[in-house]
Amino acid sequence: MIGLSSYLVLAALVFSIGLFGVLTRRNAVGILLGIELMLNAVNINLVAFARYNGDLTGLIFTLFTISITVAEVAVGLAIVIAIFRVRRTVEADRLDLLRG
Amino acid sequence: MTLNVGLPLLVLAMPLVSFVLLAIVGPLRRTGRGAGLVSIAAIATSCAAAVFVWTQGFVAERTWSWIPADGGPVATVGVLVDSISNAMLVLVTLVSLLVQIYSLAYLGDERPAALGRYYTYQSLFVFSMLGLVLAPGFLQMFIFWELVGLCSYLLIGFWYERPAAARAAVKAFWITKLGDVGFIVGIVLLWSATGTFEFTELFEKAQANALAVPGLAAIMCLIYLGAVGKSAQFPLHVWLPDAMEGPTPVSALIHAATMVTAGVYMVTRTEPLFALVPGVLTLIAWVGAFTALLAATMACVEGDIKRVLAYSTVSQLGYMMAAAGSGAAPAGFLHLLTHGLFKALLFLAAGAVIHAVGTNDIFRMGGLFRAMPQTAIVFVVGTLALAGVPPLAGFFSKEAVLGGVWEAHLTGPFLMLALTALLTAFYMFRVVFVTFFGRAHAGGHPHEAPWAMRGPLWLLAALTLVVGIRLAMHGVEAAEEAPPGWLPPFSVGLALAGGALAWAMYQRGAIDPARVSAVLAPLDYLARRRYGLDALYAGLYRGIILGFSRLIGWIDRYFVDGILNALTALTLRAGDALRHIQSGRAQDYVYGVAFGVLLLFVWAQLWR
Repeated sequence: MIGLSSYLVLAALVFSIGLFGVLTRRNAVGILLGIELMLNAVNINLVAFARYNGDLTGLIFTLFTISITVAEVAVGLAIVIAIFRVRRTVEADRLDLLRG
Repeated sequence: MTLNVGLPLLVLAMPLVSFVLLAIVGPLRRTGRGAGLVSIAAIATSCAAAVFVWTQGFVAERTWSWIPADGGPVATVGVLVDSISNAMLVLVTLVSLLVQIYSLAYLGDERPAALGRYYTYQSLFVFSMLGLVLAPGFLQMFIFWELVGLCSYLLIGFWYERPAAARAAVKAFWITKLGDVGFIVGIVLLWSATGTFEFTELFEKAQANALAVPGLAAIMCLIYLGAVGKSAQFPLHVWLPDAMEGPTPVSALIHAATMVTAGVYMVTRTEPLFALVPGVLTLIAWVGAFTALLAATMACVEGDIKRVLAYSTVSQLGYMMAAAGSGAAPAGFLHLLTHGLFKALLFLAAGAVIHAVGTNDIFRMGGLFRAMPQTAIVFVVGTLALAGVPPLAGFFSKEAVLGGVWEAHLTGPFLMLALTALLTAFYMFRVVFVTFFGRAHAGGHPHEAPWAMRGPLWLLAALTLVVGIRLAMHGVEAAEEAPPGWLPPFSVGLALAGGALAWAMYQRGAIDPARVSAVLAPLDYLARRRYGLDALYAGLYRGIILGFSRLIGWIDRYFVDGILNALTALTLRAGDALRHIQSGRAQDYVYGVAFGVLLLFVWAQLWR
């Protein structure tokens, strides 16, 4: 039997990898992938706790999260495409319109 | 027929109606002559009512509470009609009427809109002056006092496009304000000490010796300061000669016959209060006599016909004040009335001359008697009255003043006034000889003024004569005890001596004026420079006020603004420095958020 803490460590690892990707990836699509990883780490946590507590709410919540994630990716990719059309690039370093 | 207080109120109301009409109905005002006729009609009604009230010898007081309060109103408005205000009403309305008729011709070349503006101001002035005359208390008097000051300012600056006129208006306004500040402070102090503004109440208290207020002398001095400013007494007389920048009818009405006499009127009106402080009265007498002499010397060297008359007005106001200060207020008031007539006459005649020759400089006139004999005759009548030659009005009032001052045992002021009488005759005849008799100057064809101007002149000349004859027949009621017998020959002698001197210098050429001025060089120098008083005021203004404003300006610019500038510079620098944190890259922000969350976790772990 694998304990709860193993799941949590896995989730933390996946989250960290996702965060690392978000912070270091230069391509906007890569950043979106990182965000996906972070969201899935959350899903792992939800499922693990649901199983541990014997409460189905977490599982159902996870289903919602997945579907919303899909929507989010769709919107995110649409934004990326829109940016590409305007700026002819999706490199995150060069998208610095907010620079002070 | 029984009179009620409505008639004096009518006198007061007519100019107000005219003013409101002209001020509100723009098209009427812009007709110019139409506006003048409205104003003249109103003032004529007013004048008729005033004459009627005066001949009936109506006396009444009626007040309405203005600022109600527990235990009686704080202030009231109303009318106080007695012999003094009756006589003053007649003088003010009569001279205003004549001046307004005269102005119709004198200012006939003005644009209609400007003429309408002129008559609007004139109506406001007459209303204000009548309100001042009828005031039953200090507060109402002060309000109208300020209103006449405002009208004076507006009318001096009537030709406001001319820088000299605008400057003179501002100068007159500021210098009279200096006195008015003292006036209002005095009024308020008197009120806080006695609890009333009303003349009648104050006089009753004064009669009952219930006015032993601490510092009454100082209070009366402050109130007198108002009269010093308004009646152009030394050292605040400098505004009046400059006020001649206004149109000549304005000078005749405001700066000779009516407004400038407001100070004398006020002192006469409140004479029972001044009588309580003999020290202040003596001061008034000395200042008055000194003013009279000082102004007379300046008139002797002045070449501008209007300014000669202006200095003469200052001088005669000094006479009136000296009389009031000697306890002979009725004599001073009589001089006020007669002076109002003949000085208005002189100014209007001078206006006719200026109208004809187009200059104010008497040395560029000359020989005008042949060209305009009527004007010359009335001018000579006015001159004789001013010099104090019987049987003209000025002789009796001047003699009454001199008698009053003599009776008060004020030898110093008496001698100054006697010398002034000599100088008065001198400078007036100097103007007469130079202007009307001397060699004619080439250029221009001077001609008699139109009837609208000559009519008022003849009427005023006739009045000067009639009043004089009336005074000769009935004696001067003002004098309580007969003046010493040597006084009439003495004053006539002074007048004749002055006239003779002027004749010898400017007509016969027996004495060369240049040599006289060479002999009296220091005096001549000082008088031509107005004793440095104007320069002193200008210097004070430049030195103190402008210096002070420069200092304030410096503090504002470098200290107050400096702090603000430092703050803004700091903010800008800090913003500039902090700007670089904003890289604009979303990843950097996410990095910041993640790092911040990490820090929060660490913090939560350590300080749990």
